[in-house]
This record gives sequence, C-alpha cells and structure tokens, in this order.
Amino acid sequence: MRVALVCVIGLFACAGATRRAERNAAHTVTLRGSDTMVVLCQRWAQAFREARPDLSVQVGGGGSGVGIAALLNGTTDLAAASRDVEPSELDGLRERGGAPIVLRVAVDALAVYVHEDNALPSLDVASLRALYRGRATHWSDVGRSDASRVVLYGRENSSGTYVYFKEHVLDRFDFAAETQSLPGTAAVIQAVRHDPKGIGYGGFGFAHGVRLVPIAPTRGEPAVVPDERTAIDGSYPLARFLYLVLSDAPTGATRDLVTWVLSDEGQAEVAGAGFFPLPAEVREAERAKLEASAADPADSIEASAADPADSIEASR
Amino acid sequence: MKLGRIRTPWWHRALERLIALFASSAILAVVAIGIFVFREAWPLLVDDDALTDQGGLSSLFRPQLWPGYDEPLHVWQPVGFPGKLDVIPLVVGTLKITGLTMAIAIPLGVGGAVFLSEVAPRRLREWVKPAVELLAAVPSVVVGFFVLAILAGGVQRAFDLTYRLNAFVAAIGLAFAVVPVVLTITEDALRTVPRELVEASLALGARRWQTTLGVTLPAAMPGIAAAVVLGFGRAIGETMIVLMASGNAPVMGLDPTSSARTLTATIAAELGEVTPGSDHWRVLFLLGALLFVVTFALNELGRWVVLRLRRKLRAEDVAPISGTTRRAPAAAEVAP
Repeated sequence: MRVALVCVIGLFACAGATRRAERNAAHTVTLRGSDTMVVLCQRWAQAFREARPDLSVQVGGGGSGVGIAALLNGTTDLAAASRDVEPSELDGLRERGGAPIVLRVAVDALAVYVHEDNALPSLDVASLRALYRGRATHWSDVGRSDASRVVLYGRENSSGTYVYFKEHVLDRFDFAAETQSLPGTAAVIQAVRHDPKGIGYGGFGFAHGVRLVPIAPTRGEPAVVPDERTAIDGSYPLARFLYLVLSDAPTGATRDLVTWVLSDEGQAEVAGAGFFPLPAEVREAERAKLEASAADPADSIEASAADPADSIEASR
Repeated sequence: MKLGRIRTPWWHRALERLIALFASSAILAVVAIGIFVFREAWPLLVDDDALTDQGGLSSLFRPQLWPGYDEPLHVWQPVGFPGKLDVIPLVVGTLKITGLTMAIAIPLGVGGAVFLSEVAPRRLREWVKPAVELLAAVPSVVVGFFVLAILAGGVQRAFDLTYRLNAFVAAIGLAFAVVPVVLTITEDALRTVPRELVEASLALGARRWQTTLGVTLPAAMPGIAAAVVLGFGRAIGETMIVLMASGNAPVMGLDPTSSARTLTATIAAELGEVTPGSDHWRVLFLLGALLFVVTFALNELGRWVVLRLRRKLRAEDVAPISGTTRRAPAAAEVAP
C-alpha cells in the first residue's frame, strides 16, 4: 500500500517535472551578457512578451565575456556582446559542434560632452586621448583660448563604457588619476552640465543640456558631428555595433526572438534604450544570415539533435 | 535548605538564556564578519602566486614603472591593460578626507558641547541637543545627495575651486555625520565632571571661563578623547557621503581641493562587478580587512585612553581633594 502510494506520488512528480521542463524549453529564452545592453535587452524582453504572450525572455547581465562564457557552457540561449566576439571564443563554440552566428543588432556611439558655453570647436581622437591620459591638462592644450584646467569626468571601472573608452580612445593606457568616477551616464551629464571646465563621455541618447563635441578620427581630418547618420555609416570614430551571439542555428522561441529583434518593432525599441537602430542594408544582411542558417540542412539536423540538451539546460 | 530558597519560575531562566543569546549574537556577528572578510583576503597573504602579474604582495604598496608611464608611480586602476592594484592612493585619499573631517568636526563638536553644557541657558540646550542628535539620524545617502546637489556648487563658487566634487566638500559632508557623535559624547562627558571640582574652582575665585578651560575641560578629557576617537571611526568607515561627494578619483597628494578616493567608496563601487576569486576581488577584501582592523584598533585605543585618563583623574586629582569619603561618583549622580 505504502509502496504504491510512493510510486503514485513519484509518478506525478515526474510527470510534473517533465511538463515543466517542456514548458520552459518551449517558452523561455535566456539572454545574458553585456551590461551596456541590459536595458536594451530588457526593453526587448518586455516588448516581445506583448507581441508573443506565450513566450518569455529572461535577461541577465555580467558583461560580454560572461555572456559568451555562458553560451559556451550551454547555460544561456543567447549572449549579448558590446564588443567583437574573439576568434578563440568562436572556435570554442565550433568545438561544441555548433555553427555560431554573430548578429549585429544595434549601433552604439560614445559621445563626448562639454558644457554648453564651451566654445571648443572639435577634438581629434589623439587630443581626446591626451586629455584623458592627463598629458594635456588645460583647455589651451587642445585648441581653446581658455587657459583653465580641464576637469575630467568618467565612469566607474565596473562599467562597460569605461572599458570601451580605455580600449578604443586611450589605446589601452590608463585614465589620468584625476578623472572623477561617477556612477552612471546620467551623473556624468549632470556634472558636465554644471561645469564649464568639464568634459565627459557616455551614450548618445542621454545627452540633454550639454554640447556634443564633433570628433575627428585623426588630426587634420574633418571632425564628424555625432548623429544617427554618422554613427551608422561608420564615419564617426567612436561608434560600434552591438551583437547577439548564438551558438548554433536557432530554433523555436530563440529563433522567433532574434527574428523579431531584427523586425521593425524590435528595432523601434533600440532608440528608447539610447542606441541607434541598424541601417536597412545591415538589417537585410543579418536577416539573410539567419535564413541561410535555417536553409542549410546540415545545420538544421545538428540543431534538432542539440535540442534536447538545450531544453535540459533551460529547465535548470 | 530548600525552604529558604525562592523558586525561580522556569520562564525566568528561559528568558535569561534568550537575552544572553541576543547579547552574544552581536559578538558572533562581529566574529563571523571578521572571519568572512579575512578568509577572502587570506590567499593574498599566504599564496606565492597571488599578485604575480604585478610583483607580489609588496607591489600593493610600492611605486612601479607601469607601461605607458614616465616614472614609477602609485596607481589604482584595477581594470586595465594590465590592471594596476596599488592601494596607497586609496589610503592617502582616506586619510586626507578623514583628517579634514576631524579638523572641522573637533572644533565644532567640542566647542558646541562646551557652549551647550557651560554657557547656553537650559531652555536652549533642551532644544539644540535633540536637534543635533536628530542630525546624526539623517541617512547618509540624504546627506550625500544634499552635498552633491547643493553644497558642492556653493563651495566651488565661494572658493573658486577647480573641482566641484573634492576632498574638502566630502569632509564637510562627513562632518554632518561626525559632529553629532563628537558633540553628544563630549557634552555628556562635560556634564559628568564632579560638581565639587567646579564649585571648588569658583570658590577659589576663578572666573566662569577660567573654570571651564582649567578645570571642566581637563576633567572631561577622557570623554572628549573617546568622542574624538569614535568620531574618527565614524569618519573612516562612512561610505555613502564620500562616494557621492568626493569625486572618487584615486589622486595621490594631500591637496584638499583635489578629489580623493577612499577605501570604503572603492569597495562599494567595485565589488559588485569584480570576478570572485580574482586578485582584484581579494585586494578589495584586504581593504575591508584593513578597515576592520583600523576601526577595531581605534575603539580599543579610545577605551584605553579613557581608562587611563579616568584612573589618573580619580587617583591623583580627585581623591586627595574629596578626602577619604570618595564621594565624587555619588555627587555626579546627584548633580543632574
């Protein structure tokens, strides 16, 4: 009697667990990675749930590297990356037996802000580097008549923007010790807005009450005004793509999500998060990449074979 | 034997146990926190391969010629190519802000306490002291926000400073938290000075202010020392105000108008995103351990100073004057 009861309870438990696992596999997509992209990913998750109430997206941060590592471990369906995926990471994904896909999903541009009364006409990347390395300390060093000291505002070293700036503007050198660390882009803008001697950097979308400085790629070249067009066509030197990384050709809910991200509705969310939507031809190229992965029969077979394993991971 | 004894109800003993548990839980918590913090920092101290990228444990305290620099420097840039972990700029920043804070808070706190206990009419004192104690209860994030949003700009305009957020502004903000500590403890100390001492001084013809400076203040010295030490501990451990008001730039040098990055603000700003188990993570815990030791030592020092001075005061000054009856403590109790 008791044995039978235990068996029955066990059976129900098993059935429940399997059903839950199935539901998770079919209806939840996990998306982890770049902290820069967390707000964007959350907006996507929310809007996608309205478009497809049967599906839900779980978003997590940790950094681009963390996201790709999770993809390698199979603990996430999608990784968000605000930097290029490194060849070694792609090799790792291929060794797992997949055909990894790196999709460009948005454009991010780093703006350089100064006070509205600051007459600085433009900066080239080398001068910007000299300022933030502490090699140029006064405004007169970078072509303004004013002899006052430059007050540098930056981000905490836990921020992805800090690392991006250090890598691409400072050429992997250090920030000047005097650089004031503020907890977010909004705080940087707030500080620069009240400081005629100040300079700061951060996302495009947040800039209100400050002036965006045109940036020249090198000294002598014309400075490029940061706006949507120059960010997207690549002429603005501090622009980059943001990526979603897949370990293999996507299926089911994951596929629906990435297709939706590249749709008009998905791209409409991008501007709200402070980034720029993809230009039309890039969007077409990324869509073609997705379709090609599905059309390739070898890939789809591999994908379906990998499916059960994925669903187990997802149910954890 | 049993007849004479009053039987304690069982719940008395249960309550005693419970209260003892509550009391010891505080000690347990302190010990647990200490163990946790030290355990994470420990591998830095014993592992030979800790911090090998930058030259071992001593590299935390020694200037180095980093790539891209012209001269050997103390650099705190833990996220970089390579990351640079030198804690000296943080120690300098902490001492700079704490020192400035005490320079503001000791005169204000002690002076205010003297005014309240010696000069102010009773009605005024009854209003001011609770108000100051209320100031201590203002959450530090509110103080920090006030300094960041309002005070910093005013101070910058008044003194024509380059940096809006700097060590001086942070010290003013910290003084909001430290002055109430110094003032209330000092005031208590002044008011517990034995009345005979004051009355003897006045009876000998000393003026009111002579009595205050020559008798009351020296007699209250142990309490004032305790107030200063506890205020210092509060200043060195305070996080939110310095995080918001100091600018958080790890600057070497003691210029009060430049920015500073403290140990506490560094831990608060960086621990959230650091890889557990990395050198950076362990160094942050080492900083925590350092703060733990320093505040612990400060408390002990404060207690030692108080005990020593009090003993001196009792044994050498009070006892001969008040004669054989040793009535000083009783008088102090009656006084208020």
